[in-house]
Amino acid sequence: MIVRVVLPPHLRTLAHVSGEVKLEVAGRVTQRSVLDALEARYPMLHGTIRDQATQQRRAFLRIFACEEDVSHEAPDAPLPQAIATGAEPLLIVGAMAGG
Amino acid sequence: MSRVRVLVGTRKGAFILTADGTRERWDVSGPHFGGWEIYHLKGSPADPNRLYGSQSSSWFGQVIQRSSDGGKTWETVGNKFLYDGPTGTHQWYDGTPHPWEFARVWHLEPSPSDPDMVYAGVEDAALFRTTDGGHTWQELPGLRTHESGRLWQPGAGGMCLHTILLDPAQPGRIFIAISAAGVFRTDDGGKTWRPMNRGLRSEQIPNPTAEVGHCVHRIAGHRSRPGVLFMQKHWDVMRSDDAGESWREVSGNLPTDFGFPIDVHAHEPETIYVVPIKSDSEHYPPDGKLRVYRSRTGGNEWEALTKGLPQRDCYVNVLRDAMSIDALDPCGVYFGTTGGQVYASPDAGNTWRPIVEHLPAVVSVEVQTLP
Repeated sequence: MIVRVVLPPHLRTLAHVSGEVKLEVAGRVTQRSVLDALEARYPMLHGTIRDQATQQRRAFLRIFACEEDVSHEAPDAPLPQAIATGAEPLLIVGAMAGG
Repeated sequence: MSRVRVLVGTRKGAFILTADGTRERWDVSGPHFGGWEIYHLKGSPADPNRLYGSQSSSWFGQVIQRSSDGGKTWETVGNKFLYDGPTGTHQWYDGTPHPWEFARVWHLEPSPSDPDMVYAGVEDAALFRTTDGGHTWQELPGLRTHESGRLWQPGAGGMCLHTILLDPAQPGRIFIAISAAGVFRTDDGGKTWRPMNRGLRSEQIPNPTAEVGHCVHRIAGHRSRPGVLFMQKHWDVMRSDDAGESWREVSGNLPTDFGFPIDVHAHEPETIYVVPIKSDSEHYPPDGKLRVYRSRTGGNEWEALTKGLPQRDCYVNVLRDAMSIDALDPCGVYFGTTGGQVYASPDAGNTWRPIVEHLPAVVSVEVQTLP
């Protein structure tokens, strides 16, 4: 499956990409499998979305799919079909906060 | 003619300032890593074009950057800082046990002889090392697992290991400082550690002369005098003449002995510099006057250095890693402020001028003296 992912601007800069990222994801399309594929393709993103020690999503990031916040879904729960087919992008969003 | 390169870490990116040996005209490059907090940048003494940078963010965590061309280009290297073994607990602000949690790298200290070896001081306090140019990091767990570790408490800025001094004369001897635990020394390359806080007195802790618990802000030494150390503690400026075994106060005639950085002249091992700050709750210079104080007697007798520094309405702070000294003759002294200025003195502190004035709040300043 080709999954589309939209990264927050600072992570696009870190990964040297512009616009969406397209990832080949083997097997079930879940938050974990997408993030695994993302980190495999862009190793510099290790630890920036999930904590290196706990693999928990970093507190100031959320994950949106098809206009739903799926941040608190189980990491191995299947993402919506529209994400899995690439019809819709998976959004990784940084909390809006200044400073 | 020699050149200097000043590496500046700020709350919103890194900047690199370069000049020839006259230190009159400066080029500014940056921001590098714009929008990220850059706690520290430092070059390898063995290969000055090899730079390491600590890039972090509350959103995205820790990134380590490395340059092999003096900061023109950068690459990300390893950022996996995993504590070695059970993390155990230290004391939280309220005195309850709290598990060690990695937050960020405060300080990077490259080996003097190997460009691929770097020590990293992190929050929550621990010492890590890479021997492969930053690709992988291993903890030296003997420090964190010291029997006193369960008693360490964070300072207001977090429980950070912020100072790493590699003894130039005795391989295997390293001094580190933690806020708010104090100074520790290893003589066996990091396997075992001893607290080195005898003589410190901190009225803010239940036992003012406790073995650990002191909020040491910075320690510094001179290459030619490995056993002599200087310390800016939360309050009090201190010195040790026996490699940290004991300390005595040398605050002398300073207008206030609170402050953050302390550093040593490049060629005069008894000439030291501090920036007195009014108090721990005010965090700005006394009387709105930004003054560096210099002692040519290793402490106790201090003179105010004011030429070129603002002497009215100045309410900036100078953080612990934000002072550095080059190796030219006369040596240059540099410091950065939370107001975004970096000041330089090309004559060992006699005169000053800002070399850049409107950066984000400056967290760290390191200078490299280049051929």
